[in-house]
Amino acid sequence: MNWFERLLGKKEKSGATAKQRLQMVLIHDRADVSPGLLEQIKDDIIEVIAKRLEINPDTVVVNLDNTAQESRLVAEIPLLHSNGRRRAAVQ
Amino acid sequence: MSGKVVTVTSGKGGVGKTTVTANIATALAMLGKKVVAIDADIGLRNLDVVMGLENRIVYDLVDVIEGRCRLRQAMIKDKRQPDLYLIPAAQTRDKMAVSPSDMILVCDELRQEMDYIIIDSPAGIERGFRNAIAPADHVLIVTNPEVSAVRDADRIIGLLESEEKGPGRLIINRLKPEMVARGDMLSIDDVLDILAVELIGVIPEDESILISSNRGTPVAMSGLNGSSASQAFRNVAQRIEGQTVPFVDLTPKTGLLNRLNNWFSKS
Ligand SMILES: Nc1ncnc2c1ncn2[C@@H]1O[C@H](COP(=O)(O)OP(=O)(O)O)[C@@H](O)[C@H]1O
Ligand SMILES: [Mg+2]
Repeated sequence: MNWFERLLGKKEKSGATAKQRLQMVLIHDRADVSPGLLEQIKDDIIEVIAKRLEINPDTVVVNLDNTAQESRLVAEIPLLHSNGRRRAAVQ
Repeated sequence: MSGKVVTVTSGKGGVGKTTVTANIATALAMLGKKVVAIDADIGLRNLDVVMGLENRIVYDLVDVIEGRCRLRQAMIKDKRQPDLYLIPAAQTRDKMAVSPSDMILVCDELRQEMDYIIIDSPAGIERGFRNAIAPADHVLIVTNPEVSAVRDADRIIGLLESEEKGPGRLIINRLKPEMVARGDMLSIDDVLDILAVELIGVIPEDESILISSNRGTPVAMSGLNGSSASQAFRNVAQRIEGQTVPFVDLTPKTGLLNRLNNWFSKS
């Protein structure tokens, strides 16, 4: 959005919305991983990690990330009692 | 002589494959090339009417494949160009009447005589799509600046890679510069950002395309009132020929408010 539209408090333009939606849907299409499968993988990861470490399942984030060349699964799993200074990132 | 096979495809239906095929075949013929266009959309024949040759069909692609006629007999000559031909699709058969190896055989024979064999493919990613890309040396992917069309183009690009048909080159069809300018349509850069593929043409939304289809005279040939789409198609033909042609500036003439906007967002 440009300065003028922000000034008028306008909504985001539909072209920009289209681009964002496309980027999201293509991440899943390209990796052939549906949002539902991602949820299941997340639950599995939580189960495995929780056996060994103390975590809060609500803070776990599992995402797909991709470029034109590759797709990767990125999991972020904050550990409890770490004062936010330490985080385990599994890729 | 060994002609090149160029397949026009898209995944999604209705994005402009047939229009692009007719116009690129015509524009290449206008450059003095020997060109044959093949309608590979078996059962939904359309390229004949867009090219205005529907009244002269005797034999079709399936007749050739099943040996009812020689290849030459199924090639309808477009009398308005020195060397432009059409091989129509069969209207009463389905895609299973043709196989990828049939297409390769037909195209190998055509390569001997022609400079270009341009194939119009059906919508979808099944047999008809595989038939159309099997003989291809180059693939042109047609899309519209719209979420579902770009998504399907991405899928096609993936399939082309797995079939080792290269990444293909992109034609963005039906662009409306005014809508892009006001932010209500994906821009050329947005689409290229997402698909990461080489651009070979941008065809604006243009009423003269419908008028030309009504008449059966591809706009590349009729050039209706200096139609911008006509020029855009002729530019694509030159790029296929390996020439470097700058992309036509499609940004609309800007009013004061637009210029102010641009000035502020640049700074
Ligand atoms: N650039 C354009 N401007 C205006 N109309 C267009 C344009 N490209 C295609 N069309 C129209 O869109 C419709 C679908 O085009 P067509 O070439 O038949 O698509 P496809 O072969 O991919 O199904 C036709 O009515 C055609 O005239
Ligand atoms: Mg068509």
